[in-house]
Amino acid sequence: MFLAVRELRFARARFALMGAVIALIAVLMVLLSGLSQGLVRDGVSGLQELPVTSFAFSRGVARDAAFTRSVIGLDTVGSWSRQPGVTEAAAFGSALINARSSSGVEIDLALFGVEPQSFLAPEVATGSPLGAPDGIVVSSTAADAGLRVGDTVTVDRLGTRLTVVGVLAGQHTFGHVDVAYLPLAAWQATHAGTGPGEPVPDRARQEITAVAVRGTGVDLAAGDAAAGTESMTLPESYGASPGYTAETSTLTLIQVFLYLICALVAGAFFTVWTIQRKHELAVLRALGAPTGYLLRDGLAQALVLLLAAAAVGIGAGVGLGSLIGSGVPFALDPQAVAVAAALLVGLGLAGAAVAVARIAAVDPATALGGNR
Amino acid sequence: MNAGTTATERTGAVGPHGSAQPDGLLMRDVTMLLGDGEDTVRALDGVHLTVAAGEFAAVVGPSGSGKSSLLAVAGGLAVPASGTVTVAGRPMTAASRRARTALRRDLVGFVFQSGNLLPALTAVDQLRLPARFGSSGAVRRDPMELLAEVGMAGKADRRPHQLSGGERQRVGIARALVTGPRLLLVDEPTAALDQARSHDIVQMLARETRRHGVATVMVTHDTEVLRYCDSVYEMMDGALRGV
Repeated sequence: MFLAVRELRFARARFALMGAVIALIAVLMVLLSGLSQGLVRDGVSGLQELPVTSFAFSRGVARDAAFTRSVIGLDTVGSWSRQPGVTEAAAFGSALINARSSSGVEIDLALFGVEPQSFLAPEVATGSPLGAPDGIVVSSTAADAGLRVGDTVTVDRLGTRLTVVGVLAGQHTFGHVDVAYLPLAAWQATHAGTGPGEPVPDRARQEITAVAVRGTGVDLAAGDAAAGTESMTLPESYGASPGYTAETSTLTLIQVFLYLICALVAGAFFTVWTIQRKHELAVLRALGAPTGYLLRDGLAQALVLLLAAAAVGIGAGVGLGSLIGSGVPFALDPQAVAVAAALLVGLGLAGAAVAVARIAAVDPATALGGNR
Repeated sequence: MNAGTTATERTGAVGPHGSAQPDGLLMRDVTMLLGDGEDTVRALDGVHLTVAAGEFAAVVGPSGSGKSSLLAVAGGLAVPASGTVTVAGRPMTAASRRARTALRRDLVGFVFQSGNLLPALTAVDQLRLPARFGSSGAVRRDPMELLAEVGMAGKADRRPHQLSGGERQRVGIARALVTGPRLLLVDEPTAALDQARSHDIVQMLARETRRHGVATVMVTHDTEVLRYCDSVYEMMDGALRGV
């Protein structure tokens, strides 16, 4: 580090310029990480909050639209309850609706139909728990949008009226839409397209979207074979959220390109830097500097630069992220940022290492004569 | 064996201070080839050279005559096609690349054209750096003492761009001596200096050679400074002969 630190100080303008580029990449990386996490939360936080380990959908359903297309019989719940390892199994219904509240708030809702006595029934932060036949419990983000306990929500086209009885703690969204829990019977009526006062068909009373399963060491294939269903683990089911796979794939691709750009930028800078120092390196080798010493010194220099630039960039990114309003799905996860920072520094160092490796090829004899 | 061999043996095998010293430089029948196939050039052609400890030898010759190759082989920067080189009784030619690097660190000091100092380091740091190269390269002489010896103690905190050409060369000499080398190889030390400064620098080299008992080989174009040398050789088409 003796030489590395002194060179960092001496050529500070060059290193600052390079550091600024890395820092800007780090800012972008933090913002993308926050956006990525925000979109994940917006897309599947309603599922993440469910105390389930897997869902059993109808066999052959499109895996990227299972929550909206799957229809299975209520009797499959019993079949799943009997599977080894299953602690609990309960009926689960999901549907996306447009609605308007009594206070004039137009809102889209993801209706999660559950039995109020089942393990799926959510705990409320304010108001009453799920129980009233037309009562709904909504995400705190719906409350942020203007829904209040006591408000009546009217489902577009059907005219079904639901009453907000409780508000959940934290964000519960699905496909960027606020979640509203309601009793399974009310969900079945809505899902069947039955308006107020109209009889609900018997067939609709036997239909649900999926069986929500909680357990450990459950043989999903065996359960599916017995119940005639197709299971997804909870993380797998995120892909069934509208737009989830496309959004996360796009952002992941952008992040991967950012990491590659960081490695290339670091590699290009240290290649130029090494070439510029070729004569000095020849002098150092002529003076007896071991190749290992010069490689370690070069890598230490790159590491100091990358760590400092990443720290500045992450700090700036977190600061900028805090200024982003609630309209943009943005959530900073310290673990995700730490992993991204480690990747940024690691890949940048790999790029620098390829460049610094040129040191081994420098001929000390070129230090003699008028070679420069 | 070239025409200079006899002269070299005559003038070089025995140093000015008595019989041949094992502490100095011994080159025996050294041949170095550069290039491939029909383009092969004999950069060194059967060179014999002995420089004893405390002897200041100069090598003159036109550009491309093989002077830099002589320094490269003597200092273990390059390996000859044949012949042997020993410094202080240690073989430089048989050693591996890593071992030659360690031998350079322990036994050889280089003074380059224009000093070839590292731009990021102050004068005193130029002398401290070799101590970082490993245990065998530990500083054996005090950097500040050496800077004082070459008249640079007052500019120890200056970087190369803040020094004149002569001052850079003084720091370069101090850097070469800081590890206590047995062989000092000096490459055109006056190439970028005016006449007065050239004389100062070469006088200093002669003084330091005797003070530290080091065998010094200086390659130069400047015949004006040869008066300070104990022995002078001429290089011509890779062959060395005494003058």
